[in-house]
Amino acid sequence: MSLRIPVSDQDHIQGNPDAPCTLVEYGDYECPHCGHAYPIVKRIQKHFGKKLRFVFRNFPLAEMHPHAESAAETAEYAGAHGKFWEMHDALFENQESLGGSLYLQLARQLALSPQELRAAVESRDFLARVKSDFTGGVRSGVNGTPTFFINGKRHDASFEYEDLLQAINAALAHD
Amino acid sequence: MSTILPPGTPAPDFNLHVTPDQKLSLHELRGRPVVLAFYPADWSPVCGDQMALYNEILSEFHKFGAEILGISVDGVWCHEAFAKDRHLHFPLLADFEPKGSVARTYGAYRAEDGVCERALFVIDKNGVIAWSYLSPVAVNPGADGILDALEQLPK
Repeated sequence: MSLRIPVSDQDHIQGNPDAPCTLVEYGDYECPHCGHAYPIVKRIQKHFGKKLRFVFRNFPLAEMHPHAESAAETAEYAGAHGKFWEMHDALFENQESLGGSLYLQLARQLALSPQELRAAVESRDFLARVKSDFTGGVRSGVNGTPTFFINGKRHDASFEYEDLLQAINAALAHD
Repeated sequence: MSTILPPGTPAPDFNLHVTPDQKLSLHELRGRPVVLAFYPADWSPVCGDQMALYNEILSEFHKFGAEILGISVDGVWCHEAFAKDRHLHFPLLADFEPKGSVARTYGAYRAEDGVCERALFVIDKNGVIAWSYLSPVAVNPGADGILDALEQLPK
């Protein structure tokens, strides 16, 4: 199973743009498994340094997680103002209290306009972007969250630290 | 693993409960594509299990005019509780009595476990199987194969 939508400058990319390994996560801010993966990915990024770039794409399971879409839209709003990763991190770190009042509080903390954020979420300005991530994910074989792709290939094993580490090492050795 | 019915085979008709007081037959859906998704059991414990995923992408199936039906050996009351809990917006069929008889006609029954396989069928508007896929029972097959198959159906 491989990634059908190549990583591009439309993506949220963290780390060395020329890194030999790319880790893509399709995730949902309200999914507890994604919450579990969040610090693991941080450790992985720290371990590989310049050898790894990380891409996050939205895959909100909106029927199951009532705040997943609004959280994704909040991160995209922050992204449009150059603060995607700050908001991405803050949302995962406050996963148990997702919702309007948290978004406004985080906006203030990140020096974004809470009023504009509220208006953008209410008028669903970023929903199309979120949905387009989602649809691309479905076509690439994302079957739940989180789903990781390592250099374009779906990672079907566990996403515990040791397993991700090993898989990325294998990808680096292979290329 | 089972041998499931291959493309080109007329899809066996069935008449199964979708709610405690309603039944659905495959032939009632003639004229549009049908996605038939056999799965082992309601209540799998993960986020984004197979049925939940299909539920999220119903609009993608509807773009092709397709109906999706989930089917397992769980009874109609079990399906009702599961669908309500997961906010599912598509029918779940109860292949309950005689147990698994429809799954058997599609070659999608795991006799040793007494449940359906994870088997997917895309049935064209004339009731003929256009695509089928048997997934390892522990692997959620996702929806990419279904969407590819729907895309390839003659318009």
